[in-house]
Amino acid sequence: MSGGSQALLWRGLVAAGLIAAVSAFGLSANNYLLQAGTTLAMSAVLCLAWNVVGGFMGYPSFATAAFFGLGAYIGGIVQNQDGPMALAWIAAAAGGMIFAALLGSILLGLRGHYFAIGTIAVVEVMREIANNWEQLTGGAIGMNIPILAGSPRAAGLFFYFAMWMLVVIAFAATALIANSKFGFGLRCIRQNENAAKMVGIDVFRFKVAAFVISGLIVSTAGAVYASMVAFIEPKDVFNVLLSIEVPVMVMLGGAGTVVGPLVGAALYVVLRELVWVNFINFHSAILGIIIIAVIYLVPKGVLREFHAVIRSKLGARPVGLGKG
Amino acid sequence: MIAQYIANGLLIGSLYACLAVGFSLIYGVLNIINVMHGSFVVLGAYITIYCSQYFGISPLLSALIGCLVLFVFGYLTQRFLINEVVAAPIFISFTLTFGLDLLLNNAMIQAFTATPRSLIVDYGSVTMAGVTLPIARLGAMVLALALTGLLYWLLRHSQMGRAIIAVRMDRHAAALLGIRVPRIYAITFGIGALMAAAAGGAMAVVYPITPLLSTVFLGKSFVICVLGGLGSVPGALVGGLALGLLESFGAVAFGSQWSVTVGFALMILVLVLRPSGLAGRKGFE
Repeated sequence: MSGGSQALLWRGLVAAGLIAAVSAFGLSANNYLLQAGTTLAMSAVLCLAWNVVGGFMGYPSFATAAFFGLGAYIGGIVQNQDGPMALAWIAAAAGGMIFAALLGSILLGLRGHYFAIGTIAVVEVMREIANNWEQLTGGAIGMNIPILAGSPRAAGLFFYFAMWMLVVIAFAATALIANSKFGFGLRCIRQNENAAKMVGIDVFRFKVAAFVISGLIVSTAGAVYASMVAFIEPKDVFNVLLSIEVPVMVMLGGAGTVVGPLVGAALYVVLRELVWVNFINFHSAILGIIIIAVIYLVPKGVLREFHAVIRSKLGARPVGLGKG
Repeated sequence: MIAQYIANGLLIGSLYACLAVGFSLIYGVLNIINVMHGSFVVLGAYITIYCSQYFGISPLLSALIGCLVLFVFGYLTQRFLINEVVAAPIFISFTLTFGLDLLLNNAMIQAFTATPRSLIVDYGSVTMAGVTLPIARLGAMVLALALTGLLYWLLRHSQMGRAIIAVRMDRHAAALLGIRVPRIYAITFGIGALMAAAAGGAMAVVYPITPLLSTVFLGKSFVICVLGGLGSVPGALVGGLALGLLESFGAVAFGSQWSVTVGFALMILVLVLRPSGLAGRKGFE
């Protein structure tokens, strides 16, 4: 009992320390670093959301960009109708939830490659719709969104903290799921879906629920992003590359763990910022090299590798890893 | 007028069949979705264009050179990179080929620039029953269909083809029979790349090609394979012709800017309602 409460205390302290560090960084950073910190937060949110479906449940979803773009456009449209920003974000969350429920009940019947292809196709279809439905979305030219009043610095800080708030929410949701019966059910589905069904797990409802949680978080992040950049276009927000980058980040940290998505996002964003600045023409090639390196060198994620090293040296038990 | 739409649809549909059959073969035998397929098509097209326009080699021979180069490229890629992850969960192999594709595509944009190029061959055209078709396009169609047919025949009747089908059916049993599975995997991947190159050479006659088109070709391969059923030659043929006709008539009904959407929407519908494809057959029988 005391061991459990001690661990809880430690985790509380670590969390408080991280929050303090994030706040201090935001308040003291210059504009470039503030921007990078916001990007990092957004990547972390998307990773945490993907991890619910792709990590815990083991369904290779590439629908991230579909929800991200949907949220961005819902948010943009609401704000262009003079709706307040908060309403835009809530509308995007609700829209993402409904869309995820519909899409999930159709696509989650598919398995393996078919599911992967289906989710990619959804991104493609949504981008084409956004490109062609000009009255609603402004078409391929893009959509302008009212800029937040106040100095650029204040706006930058506002969105920095908004994104990190989303990280906290998504992380709390992940931690809750990991330690609940629901999370256990998702892991059963990953191991063996038929067996999970046989032991009485309502597989369909579990799968759709996971998809809805994931979609809701991603589309909210999309709306926050849209308010922040104040200009969105179909090829930017419905970008298949985003759908690939996110799972790669999660894999880098460790799929199916609680902390893995955060670690992966942080490593990936830092790596990208360091490398890309020097090779502007080779964006996608470098992303390709990172992907290949992750698959060959750390297929189970740096977190698990790290724990394996610690364990072999000290015989210590891993902390913060979910089962599996 | 309708006859012309049908003719156009069948013509482009034959190229689509050739485009998808390699993708489908790799999926069926290796259980891998090859994201590089679109870039293979573009690379094949570029080799054909360069050989024929800068070295003056005949277009047909240029296309065959493209096929040969891509076969070797595909063989080596599988042998040394993809074979490592062939038994890994699908997500891993899918992401790996995606990473390789980013690399290959970026290299092609650097090497060839994004300017569209086409293979200009003018042999005149024929008119039959009110339908006009350029002979060069007919030639591309014949090449595509001939190679697809040849692949089908080889899979059924050559020793190598039987070995490929055996590996597809059960790789453990095939290994027990003395078939060298990794070699079959590499050869299959090479054949897939070869078919992509042939499709590329044929496409270059019809469309201006740029490295940016690789995702379009990949998307079409997805759609065709799902329409016809992933992993069979007749399936790719049915799916290719179906998509060709669908796009030809869809452009009239909805306007050509919706053609991608119509294709993908139909694909999702088929995925959900009939996951085994319209042809409804499994395997390389």
